[in-house]
Amino acid sequence: MLPCTGRIDESLLLKAFENGADGVMVIGCLEGDCHYVSGNIRARARVKRVYGILDTIRIGPDRIRMFNLSAGEGSKFAEYTNEFVEQIRKLGPSPINVVRAKQGSAVTREEAT
Amino acid sequence: MITGTPKPIDEILEMIEPYDNIIVAGCHGCVTVCRVGGEKEVQVLSSTLRLAREAAGRPLTIKEVSLERQCDPEYVEQMRPYVGDFDAVVSIACGAGIQFLAEKFSATPLLPGINTGFLGVTERQGEWSERCQGCGDCVLHLTGGICPVTRCAKSLFHGPCGGSVNGICEVGKDTACGWQLIIDRLKKLGQMENYTKLKPYKGWDSSRDGGPRRIIREDMI
Repeated sequence: MLPCTGRIDESLLLKAFENGADGVMVIGCLEGDCHYVSGNIRARARVKRVYGILDTIRIGPDRIRMFNLSAGEGSKFAEYTNEFVEQIRKLGPSPINVVRAKQGSAVTREEAT
Repeated sequence: MITGTPKPIDEILEMIEPYDNIIVAGCHGCVTVCRVGGEKEVQVLSSTLRLAREAAGRPLTIKEVSLERQCDPEYVEQMRPYVGDFDAVVSIACGAGIQFLAEKFSATPLLPGINTGFLGVTERQGEWSERCQGCGDCVLHLTGGICPVTRCAKSLFHGPCGGSVNGICEVGKDTACGWQLIIDRLKKLGQMENYTKLKPYKGWDSSRDGGPRRIIREDMI
């Protein structure tokens, strides 16, 4: 449980991929509306650095994305989530999961959570 | 602090290509402060290397460690009980730390995960600049606290050269002329007499010209 996206760092995001995620959505408060002043701005910079890392190691920067929403924007949350899930479906499993599936060691949903 | 920049991931992947079981070692000293070799960077680099290698079908086992300092023997020795169990160590400390590990653990290949930069200061988050070249014979008391060895691109000792235009050095538009900075500061301090004082030539034997240096403080031994 994180109190703010400002607590997210690059290693947590990369760990999600190590644990078998095909894509990672980071959802922070609206910019300018952070309870901790700049947590979501810091998170955006860290997500951007992870884009670069995923690109370099050929997992693909499109597998991670940051969104900004307020707690009252439930329908937008659903819309963004559906859009992102669709994007990941199009990309298919991450190269890590492709290798694991071949070796019969894919991380199950229960293990990943 | 000693600054540095991360090496490109592809370069590190190439270095570790022969190995399957490595240590990634960080340092809690300078490289933690300049965000290139601390505990967090160990975690990020380790995850990155594991992901890259697994995606390539050759999983990699990594032990993540962060020593208090890689340049002091008492902390380096903490790795001795297990270092022999690994194929290689990627150190993301400065060049001094990496070399110290290599000296202490001579049977294990030591690989640099960063490019060590310079002795410098933090201008703002994410920006560092050089201040000291460790020449071993400090003259800052005569130069308004601004180092001619470091801040002048030619390390001149007797004022600006012809490449100084409007306070900018000819090596680049973002480089201030060190001597212009010194003169401006001396004027502000009312110490311009320091500029006109005849100074004996600087001995460079205390700098790198004398080869690798060593300090021995008899009072501390």
